[in-house]
Amino acid sequence: MMLNRPDPSRLHPQPLPRTWWLRRRSYFLFLVREFTSLFIAAYLVLLMAGLYQLGSGHEAYSEWQGRMAEPGWILLHGVILVFAVFHSVTWFQTTSIVIELKAGGVKLPRAMFTALNVAAWLAVSAFIVILFQSR
Amino acid sequence: MHGRKTLEPFWWGLFSAGGVVAAFFVPAHVLLQGIAVPLDWIPDAPELLRLWPVRLYLFVLISLPLFHWAHRFYFTLIDIGLKPLRAPLALLCYGGAFAGTGIAAWILLRL
Repeated sequence: MMLNRPDPSRLHPQPLPRTWWLRRRSYFLFLVREFTSLFIAAYLVLLMAGLYQLGSGHEAYSEWQGRMAEPGWILLHGVILVFAVFHSVTWFQTTSIVIELKAGGVKLPRAMFTALNVAAWLAVSAFIVILFQSR
Repeated sequence: MHGRKTLEPFWWGLFSAGGVVAAFFVPAHVLLQGIAVPLDWIPDAPELLRLWPVRLYLFVLISLPLFHWAHRFYFTLIDIGLKPLRAPLALLCYGGAFAGTGIAAWILLRL
């Protein structure tokens, strides 16, 4: 298949300014959505650090837990939680665009797909919390 | 169109799988281990983390979202104007995800 591309000499490329993401609210929210991955990765590094301390013995782990109980670290986890929740909701919203949900040959509205995913996510989260409490 | 083979579907697959794992499982863990346990709302359960099925679960929980981060963060940096640094950024992001996966495996094996 041949693509009809315009003659390059007739194009006038306009480079994007570096502050393109400040021009519109939707652009800004797009960038926030992309940056959620960085906060999630930061949490995973903290999780690995905690698991490393757990593997280093009881004393090392107690010390680590003491440090994580400091207000700054709890605050950081609070910020991470906000970004993680933003990731979950926006992920379900974008998935609802990629995957079409049908029932009896009828297309279901995207909002319903998102809502079902949110419900499943809350159920999974509740299950994790209960599991970790029961030990 | 010429069907030139690239690694793009591979990275995108890991990105997508990591996005799902991060969406469904990460917030509960942040709330539990990062807030609820340090504030003494609920007791810690370190012995639970040593069970083999839990270790395997933690490996997936850490590794796949790292690849999700690598893919998403790489393209975000390019979008905000770092295109000239493509090669080192790709190495940093995807290499970081591979390194993180290896470190996670080592940490979980020595628990």
